[in-house]
Amino acid sequence: MNAETEMTASEQREPIALADVHNWRLERDGEGLLWLTLDCADSTTNTLSSVVLEELGRALEGVVANAGRGLVVTSAKASGFAAGADIREFDHMRDADETARQVMTVHALFERLERLDMPTVARVHGFCLGGGLELALACRHVVAAADDGTRLGFPEILLGIHPGFGGTVRAVRYCGALAALDLMLTGRTIDARRAQRLGLVDRAVPARHLDAAARHFASDWRPAREAGWQARATSQRLVRPLAAFAMRREVAKRASKQHYPAPYALIDLWREHGGDERAMLRAEAHSIATLLTTPTSRNLVRLFKLQERLKGLGRGDGAAPRRVHVVGAGTMGGDIAAWCALRGMQVTLQDRAPEYMGGAFKRAAALFDKRVRDRAARLAVGDRLVMDLAGNGIARADVIIEAIVEDVEAKRALFRDLEARARPDALLATNTSSIQLADIAGALENPSRLVGVHFFNPVSRMQIVEVIGDETTAAAATARALGFVTAIDRLPLPTASAPGFLVNRVLSPYLQEAMVMLDEGVPIDAIDGAARQFGMAMGPLEMADTVGLDICLHVGEILAGAFGGEVPAVLRRHVEQRRLGHKTGAGFYTYAKGKPVRRKAGDSPLAPADIRDRMLLRLLNEAVACLRDGVVADADLVDVGMVFATGFAPFRGGPLNYARDRGVPETLGRLRQLEGRYGDRFAPDEGWQLLERTS
Amino acid sequence: MATSSNRTTAGRTTARPVYIVDGARTPFLKARSGPGAFRPSDLAVRAGQALLARQPFAPDALDEVILGCIMPGPEEANIARVVSLRLGCGDRVPAWTVQRNCATGMQAIDCAAQAIAGGRSELVLAGGSEAMSHAPVLLGADMTRWLAEWAGARAFGDRARLLARLRPAHFKPVIALLLGLTDPVVGLSMGQTAEIISRRYGITRAEMDAFAVRSHQRLAAAQAEGRLGEVVPLIDARGEVHDHDDGVRPDSSEARLARLKPFFDREFGNVTPGNSSQITDGAAWLLLASEDAVKAHDLPVLGRLVDTQWAGLDPRQMGFGPVHAAVPLLKRKRLGLDKIDYWEINEAFAGQVLACLRAFADPVYCREELRLRNAMGEIDQERLNVDGGAIALGHPVGSSGARIVLHLLEVLRQRDARRGVAAICIGGGQGGAMLLERS
Repeated sequence: MNAETEMTASEQREPIALADVHNWRLERDGEGLLWLTLDCADSTTNTLSSVVLEELGRALEGVVANAGRGLVVTSAKASGFAAGADIREFDHMRDADETARQVMTVHALFERLERLDMPTVARVHGFCLGGGLELALACRHVVAAADDGTRLGFPEILLGIHPGFGGTVRAVRYCGALAALDLMLTGRTIDARRAQRLGLVDRAVPARHLDAAARHFASDWRPAREAGWQARATSQRLVRPLAAFAMRREVAKRASKQHYPAPYALIDLWREHGGDERAMLRAEAHSIATLLTTPTSRNLVRLFKLQERLKGLGRGDGAAPRRVHVVGAGTMGGDIAAWCALRGMQVTLQDRAPEYMGGAFKRAAALFDKRVRDRAARLAVGDRLVMDLAGNGIARADVIIEAIVEDVEAKRALFRDLEARARPDALLATNTSSIQLADIAGALENPSRLVGVHFFNPVSRMQIVEVIGDETTAAAATARALGFVTAIDRLPLPTASAPGFLVNRVLSPYLQEAMVMLDEGVPIDAIDGAARQFGMAMGPLEMADTVGLDICLHVGEILAGAFGGEVPAVLRRHVEQRRLGHKTGAGFYTYAKGKPVRRKAGDSPLAPADIRDRMLLRLLNEAVACLRDGVVADADLVDVGMVFATGFAPFRGGPLNYARDRGVPETLGRLRQLEGRYGDRFAPDEGWQLLERTS
Repeated sequence: MATSSNRTTAGRTTARPVYIVDGARTPFLKARSGPGAFRPSDLAVRAGQALLARQPFAPDALDEVILGCIMPGPEEANIARVVSLRLGCGDRVPAWTVQRNCATGMQAIDCAAQAIAGGRSELVLAGGSEAMSHAPVLLGADMTRWLAEWAGARAFGDRARLLARLRPAHFKPVIALLLGLTDPVVGLSMGQTAEIISRRYGITRAEMDAFAVRSHQRLAAAQAEGRLGEVVPLIDARGEVHDHDDGVRPDSSEARLARLKPFFDREFGNVTPGNSSQITDGAAWLLLASEDAVKAHDLPVLGRLVDTQWAGLDPRQMGFGPVHAAVPLLKRKRLGLDKIDYWEINEAFAGQVLACLRAFADPVYCREELRLRNAMGEIDQERLNVDGGAIALGHPVGSSGARIVLHLLEVLRQRDARRGVAAICIGGGQGGAMLLERS
């Protein structure tokens, strides 16, 4: 922004040398204000690594030595203010006492900033998350850009921890406990206007006025913002236990204390110390240090890094695609098209007749209404999704996605037509879940640009997209597919063209074992309950209903054809009776107003641990088989795929991570035991040694 | 005749030919209860997206976008620019909005044609859009004044006094649509002007109703036989598909229409809602190109826009507008009625179109009103509005003028004919006519 606007003489800045500081710049402007700019070396985003924090200490010495009228803390990065602490350093934090000491050093540092003898202002644009937001809150004032790109929040809870650089104290101080804890417990991010309403920032201003607002607050002592009396009232000693009780009850609906300790620790921290900032700060350091040593945090941090790894796969240097053409306006095609439009693509959606497309446009309108609040932006996203009966978009598309019926001949015919009409450099992609790439590729003159992009339902919630290539696929095509998936803000998972790819293949035995047990007379709630107890977002039978039993059967048959085994009879029966799950109002559950009707679990012939292991170990066994078959490159990809495509208990870090945590010999022993009891389908895959070696 | 041709040919000798290369429109959607699913800009955007998507050039290759609209929404100031940007034509394509009451869509085409003929533009998107179901309900002047005073009143006493002044009459809504369909200068509604000119020729209620029934039958047949290729379907936010002009009543009959009461002159009139055009939402676009643009982009030519004529007449008899515009146009080109293969005359009212036909054939009218020596002649009704008209599919005032030109080109193409005239009457006492030709 600075580059685009002329600076007046008083706004010109003179650099001030700082010894041994590489990530911060200190300058003085003509009005005597100091500008401290964070500019992390060799990175496009600012993170608060231990080096950056150490240097902040030295930079603050420079600030004191140069006694300005006021201080503005800002960022040189286009991406934003600061993204938070450096997650890579979390690995070293295994000793709680040592970690607590380190955290308290940062507390002291931020307090020095807070107590400088001059007005301090954080000038915030773009991402201001976690530790970045805590740094901003250590300034007396915060001004933030009121635009779409600016997001503030405390995402720590998603990593199994809570804010640790004084954020719990300062957020409560400025926003009141209810708003502050809500922000920290959900991990959601908010825009600058909302942050101003909550009291997190002084002013949300258009980016063009950000410098002026920063100078306004830095040039004189202005009143600090304060939480209102209602917000303060909740922090009273007698009120806190009541409020904390209500919060715990809300949190318990979403996460159990055993699986996710952080939200409970955060509530306890405030309940005990909410009336005393100094004590709360100390307790914050110990609490976060303890949380960092929990397996939950370790697993969630690992998954976060794996997400970053997948995003990195799509960051090639090729031009990002802009035009997407989707053929087939069914549930998947329609939702893919809508998602692409939401993420800024120009999308044409094709089907045989308008009557097949009504549902797609209706769901798209609902998605856009929910996700896009700004009126002008809402209008634009609606205009980006265009009905295209004639396929006029084919000739202009960068990416063409097929999502028609799962029929090889139909797909071959379609791709022949697409190949003739598409630009020679357009990427051709199929969303097939069950057909091998090679079977479609045979129809093409040049199959090297054909890839699979396998989305999961619902597209707007399932982050993983399997990107499938085989030996005929050009490396450049795969790279572009990875780039495309990243450009629409999903996680690309490179997968071999093998039956069921990764996710469906691993999930299928788990769902089927649940069905077999149901057939044996195990109550449905005992089965789904055991899975939820383990930490799954949804039980297997409810999940099967959600996916659609016809689709489960189809995938099951493909897999049985490829790898042997049988599809459970109960699944076949349901499909014959057109009880297809949620979409027909009845499957394994019956549905009233779209919700499954739950009954109390009757007596189960099986112990919960047996129910759990029968389902789970078949899943683990298949995950191992996929690893051995090279369906994905390594065990990490199996884990990240299963967590973000199916909701496999995230705090357990994925199936293979769980197997290793549980112990490979123990797990193998249990498999053999089940094999003895229930037969071949539990025979341990020979790939288990692979896992043993790497663990 | 001589006077008018001298005046106009001077500029036309150097004019470049103007081609119409493509066009598309939304289905015309009858206003039922409350505002329809699409605002005027939405209608124009959806039809425009479909039209531009099938062109070999990118939308930013257009030289300008001209859209006619009489009642854009309050958030659609210079609606043409709003639509142009929403269509992805880009920042650098200028866009402007035109208005000539019922001929607004035709005016947009004329503006585009002039820009091309004069060498200023090569490729222009022009059309009209109207969502009559979105016509606003307004507050009366008394209420507006009251609100202004209320906003200025601070003291409790002032406010109390103002509240005491409020009367039920203040809340009487003003229906903008009805006002728009009334001529403020002569104080007649459009329907009353139709009563005047149909009385002049003694056109009976039965003749009007028969004409209306035929309009419905012709549109129904055209829909059944797929002769409305210019229509692109719409899907609204509730997932409902709109793929045809839904005001059509294939089961319409003279017996049924006879039961309707006259609407404008309630006791002794003949003009009923059944033999008038409908209140409807819809948008229509045409793509106009110079010879250079046709060559540069290898565009298929739908037809040539040969000439246009506008005419003014007594506002009380505005329905004769098509006659007043078409006659000088044909005379200038030295064409008799026999040289015109097909006609589109916008069906504002059945009695109005029938009165036009009588006037063409009336030596007295032609002599006294149009300074002809003889009657212009008979127009064969088998060559007029062959696929129905506004009585069946509605008259979204801003777009009808574009629709009839677009459909006339379709008719000429489908029937392999050469020449056609599209003409329209204009509230306020005007007429417009365009001569189109296929080679």
